[in-house]
Amino acid sequence: MKTFFAIMLAALLTDNFVLTKFMGICPFLGVSKKASSSLGMGAAVTFVMVCAAAVTYPVYHLILEPLDITYLKTIAFILIIALFVQLVETALKKLMPPLYKALGVYLPLITTNCAVLGLTILNIDNEYSFFHSIENAFFSGAGFLMVLLLFSGVRSRVEEADVPETFKGVPATLIAAAILSLSFLGFSGIGG
Amino acid sequence: MSNLDEFKKGLLKENPTLVGLLGMCPTLAITTTALNGIGMGLATTFVLVGSNLVISLLKKVIPRSVKLPCYIVIIAGFVTLIEMLMKGYIPGLYKSLGTFLSLITVNCIILGRAEVFASKNKVLPSVLDGLGMGLGFTCSLTLIASVREILGAGTLFGLKLPVLNTMTIFILPAGGFFVLGCIIAFVNRIAKKKPPVTAGCAECSLNGECAACENKGGAEE
Repeated sequence: MKTFFAIMLAALLTDNFVLTKFMGICPFLGVSKKASSSLGMGAAVTFVMVCAAAVTYPVYHLILEPLDITYLKTIAFILIIALFVQLVETALKKLMPPLYKALGVYLPLITTNCAVLGLTILNIDNEYSFFHSIENAFFSGAGFLMVLLLFSGVRSRVEEADVPETFKGVPATLIAAAILSLSFLGFSGIGG
Repeated sequence: MSNLDEFKKGLLKENPTLVGLLGMCPTLAITTTALNGIGMGLATTFVLVGSNLVISLLKKVIPRSVKLPCYIVIIAGFVTLIEMLMKGYIPGLYKSLGTFLSLITVNCIILGRAEVFASKNKVLPSVLDGLGMGLGFTCSLTLIASVREILGAGTLFGLKLPVLNTMTIFILPAGGFFVLGCIIAFVNRIAKKKPPVTAGCAECSLNGECAACENKGGAEE
């Protein structure tokens, strides 16, 4: 039970994927302009993360490890993620058109989102059990979603603010992200 | 364009990080010391040159409908190679780069160059293009990392510098965002005085849906 909370707090706050581990910066900067698209992207990433964690765990421990080819994990995992994203996209399109409409645009972007590949590799490196891998995936996704949502709020103000000419656009956004990251630094220490 | 130009453009004019705004994750994550910056940059350069070489050789073989998975597998192959080499020869650097070494696989600079350049050009220009882009990436990583290391730890490449007050914040994640923001602003400022630079977006494999592409318009207005 103690590990459960430790993993949850770490994934959500202290080791947040975007602000502390710097994974998934592209979608973080790209789709955080509006709250609705942040929600869609966050949900899609969480979903794919949980599924990818559930698939990569058995693949690593039942196929790669017995055959002694664990050095192929990067190739194996990225293929699984790419396949999975394709599968999810096709399945959603046929089975749940409304959900597909909501998430559809974001799905192809997830293959190249380093947060997903990063998560599956971290799960293996940290030697999490199957259950903890899934938990870590879920809360990491939730942490990603939360930061995206928070930042979309910050950003709507930054866009309207009167910033110096050279800082307009990306630089101002990055500095706003720095301040948000600073506030997340305050969480460090809890749960550890 | 001559071969030399293919090489030169990545260094400054179409610098993938500071002008193209690609590959933001490693740019922010591992630039805590200048040595890490160089290591990551050179590892990426190796993968970029290798993947550009193989993809330009195979450009007639790879079917268009499955090109993305093909590219990713080729890139992941080279990443595995550099991972093993680094683990064997420079274990210290391997340790400090950690997961981000594997994550070179999903670095959009590499996929972007594969899609835009290597899949349409001959072998030699592709290799030179990869080399130029990789070195451009290395230079910008080293620049960002040096700033952070000097301000945050008072050292450069591990050597002690006479800095009065070190500000640990620059080594922490928040400092990464801040320094990158300032450097891009600085580049924007310089670029304004030169003819407009066009790079990045249209060529990115994400079809203009990633951060760089959306923001670029705003940055150049």
